[in-house]
Amino acid sequence: MGKARDTLLGPIFDENPIALQILGICSALAVTTKLDTAVTMCLAVIFVTTMSNGAVSLIRKYIPTNIRIIVQMTIIASLVIIVDQFLQAYAFGLSKQLSVFVGLIITNCIVMGRTEAFAMKEGVGMSLLDGIGNGLGYSIILLVVGVLRELFGSGNLFGFEIMSLANVGGWYVPNGLMLLPPSAFFIIGGFIWVLRSFKTDQVEEE
Amino acid sequence: MAKNSVGQTFGVALLLCVVCSIMVSGAAVVLKPTQSANKLLDKKQIILAAAGLADEAGTVDELFERIETRIVDLDTGEYTDQFDVEDYDFIAAAKDAQMGIDIPRAQDRAGIKRRARNIPVYLIQKRGQVDKVILPIYGKGLWSTLYGFVALDRDDLNTIRSLLYYQHGETPGLGGEVDNPSWKALWNGKQAFGADGSVQIQVMRGAVDLAAIGAQHKVDGLSGATITSRGVHDMLHYWLGEGGYGHYLDRLRATKQGEV
Repeated sequence: MGKARDTLLGPIFDENPIALQILGICSALAVTTKLDTAVTMCLAVIFVTTMSNGAVSLIRKYIPTNIRIIVQMTIIASLVIIVDQFLQAYAFGLSKQLSVFVGLIITNCIVMGRTEAFAMKEGVGMSLLDGIGNGLGYSIILLVVGVLRELFGSGNLFGFEIMSLANVGGWYVPNGLMLLPPSAFFIIGGFIWVLRSFKTDQVEEE
Repeated sequence: MAKNSVGQTFGVALLLCVVCSIMVSGAAVVLKPTQSANKLLDKKQIILAAAGLADEAGTVDELFERIETRIVDLDTGEYTDQFDVEDYDFIAAAKDAQMGIDIPRAQDRAGIKRRARNIPVYLIQKRGQVDKVILPIYGKGLWSTLYGFVALDRDDLNTIRSLLYYQHGETPGLGGEVDNPSWKALWNGKQAFGADGSVQIQVMRGAVDLAAIGAQHKVDGLSGATITSRGVHDMLHYWLGEGGYGHYLDRLRATKQGEV
């Protein structure tokens, strides 16, 4: 069971796709001004990484080597379109806010990175766990960034008021930088710093 | 057959494409009705918000029964029944060679280059009479085109009741403050036209002195968003003027109160 646990939980802190591998940060900047979009994005990415890993692993013995990347891409793209269609049908408001970023999961390096590096070699069960794990690793960063940005940028969490804003008679003057994409860089940078202070083996050699 | 043979390569590719396309098109077809219903509901909610009815009790569809949609030919100011109000998309029509027209450069204050000949307007009923007229407007801000509605009182066709945008890509916290409730509230009660009938509404730099002469035509600009503020100002001048709803509003003024 040790291996299964490592596969599932490893990507959260030990091999976090964003913090250690610095993959997939483009969407981490775009969808984290509010928590509800961040959570939706997390669920969508977990679904896609899991299912694409599972599907690729299932047919890995039949995929001809020279078209394997196209095969993975087709599977990922199909899954993302299905997710996008579901969001438009059942979470229309959120899908409007996420707009193109759901579609861009296709190009999220984490998804394809995992199918190529893991699912092409391992069994279905392990690949599913690896997909969930990497999805969770991506999610934890998005949630941290989302909490900080929404709280300090608009004084809310999930749209509920936590700190009353000065422009509607409260006391908190929101930090406008938090609503702009660069703030996510600072927060992710801070997260990596904290993480590597605890896990010194992740520090790259000079 | 060997894994990397030509036959297997084509076979896998073909099979994969068939399976994936069935899944994708299946999802699209099955979910289509729900998606279309969502889009329609979303649009109705925006119009209700512009009408000031969004907070009233009742479902969106019930409230929407108080709103009549008519399509106006902007050149004549008359209504037209050429199009189905449910399906007509005036943003798309602007691009169509027949249904849209070029706006002369000198007139194009909204920066949109083309507009549809026919545009839907929304008439809010109150006690059997038309109470407010809601006009769609759009134009360039700093980064994006802002799409919104302006609501005018029917009785003078001059008093603005609301101005709101439902789609834009302005900077959050600066130009994006067009969504700020306290800024939107400033519009309620402003006068769009002067005594001579020309468009007089102004988005000022800085705060408006409410005691000064002409304050009824002036709205505070958004701080840090000069270009977005000017965009709002210019698009109101375009749409309320001769090139926009001018003919339609003139025709309404000549029509009996409460009717349209």
